[in-house]
Amino acid sequence: MQLDMTEIETIARDLYIRALKLLPDDIKSGFSRLRQGETDRTGRAILDTMVENVAVAERTKNLLCQDTGIPIYNVWIGHDVTFDGVALKEAIRRGCERATREHPLRSSVVHPITRRNEQTSCGAGVPIIHVDFTETPETVEIEMIPKGSGSENGSFLRMLVPADGVAAVKRFVIDRVIEAGGKVCPPTIVGVGIGGTSDLCMHLAKIAATRPLGSVSADPEGAALEAELSAAVNELGIGPQGLGGRSTAFAVHIEIAATHITMNPVAVNIQCHSARRARAVLTPGGIRFGF
Amino acid sequence: MAHHVLEMPIDEAAVRGLAAGDTVTLERILYGIRDATLIAMFDRDRRTRFDLAGHAMLHTAPNVRKVPASPEHPTGYAPVCIGTTTSMRMERFTRPLMEREGVRIIIGKGGLGEATLAALRDLGGAYLAVIGGAAALETTWIEAIEDVDLDDLHPESLWRFRIKDFGPLLVGMDSSGNSLYERVGEAVAARRAAVLAKIGASG
Repeated sequence: MQLDMTEIETIARDLYIRALKLLPDDIKSGFSRLRQGETDRTGRAILDTMVENVAVAERTKNLLCQDTGIPIYNVWIGHDVTFDGVALKEAIRRGCERATREHPLRSSVVHPITRRNEQTSCGAGVPIIHVDFTETPETVEIEMIPKGSGSENGSFLRMLVPADGVAAVKRFVIDRVIEAGGKVCPPTIVGVGIGGTSDLCMHLAKIAATRPLGSVSADPEGAALEAELSAAVNELGIGPQGLGGRSTAFAVHIEIAATHITMNPVAVNIQCHSARRARAVLTPGGIRFGF
Repeated sequence: MAHHVLEMPIDEAAVRGLAAGDTVTLERILYGIRDATLIAMFDRDRRTRFDLAGHAMLHTAPNVRKVPASPEHPTGYAPVCIGTTTSMRMERFTRPLMEREGVRIIIGKGGLGEATLAALRDLGGAYLAVIGGAAALETTWIEAIEDVDLDDLHPESLWRFRIKDFGPLLVGMDSSGNSLYERVGEAVAARRAAVLAKIGASG
């Protein structure tokens, strides 16, 4: 299977727009589940409005949220796929620029020092493109995540030490959820990275925050901690938009990696209720779009 | 818990009539402002040609489409998607907005802090909560982009929107020192120890 870069460019463009407009089914189900368990009157009204917004976006073919985010593309390439890696990254970047110009979308990306906005949603290192490999033959998967800034600003890293134990990891997660409060647009997905180096730990937290609802940590200890913390954060009373209620988070997701004998790092990255993502799967049979 | 319909702009008495927990619908005019606009206006002393006295400022930067200027789109910008951003980053600008420009209402999400609560009390103002992330819905409350200033900061320009039935919004902070965010924050702080104890993470 040979990758056609013109096709990749178009897919990269379409994925950005799809991600901004269509909320994944698992997040919609997450809203129903939270709404059933919500006891706070304001919380219930806010959840209803969020669900109404999803319907309005579908009906008017509009963006769910005005924040077009920082564009992230995750690419997985299977066996027996022939491609030029540099051309692949260039094609994704061109697709991202085209989405911004052709839809049009607000470019939310600026130079960090001059704050200059190129009006392309691109800049140094952006879009963020991760390329990895899978064993699936003749398959390429591209996931697009427009990561909203309100929740991205709810990112935290702590290089705990082994003597702090798992208790400190749990306390860190709870305290950062409290600190983030309503600023991160709850109900959220609280992504937690445990282990690795500082950069891997934060990357794990992002993977966790953008994982579909219903998915479970591959690590049994991580999975047990997910269940415990998912219940705990919803007892804090932060609620939708930080205005009170049970529905603080859809879930706490955890990703783990091995770490050093001297280290016990933990990272938190939060995804807002507009937990947007889109996916394209390319095979010799054609392209399939989904979440 | 009263509902108020406010024809913008409003005076001090009207804004002091809003209490935390009330709901509000705004009519006529609303301004959009955010980080870069506020930094330019107050850290770099740039001035706007708009008279903001008595008006409401929405923490936003919209998605817009360039179109030929027409009576419907006088600025040559048509709204695409207009929503609300997190307010807390702009906490230190509430008082100068009110003091220098005469602003009466801030609209945002996630709430603002103590400095804003003091400014709202001292100068007569309110913070109204819109539901963040519900931008497709919010866009239906906006009729047109009437005018734009400081557009070199695009999309973080100073926008003037013509609105119809903008709301319902929740009064999150009022001019009597009440903040729903503070109230929730205190309740959360009171629950923290029990939650940590339950998961074996006290400390």
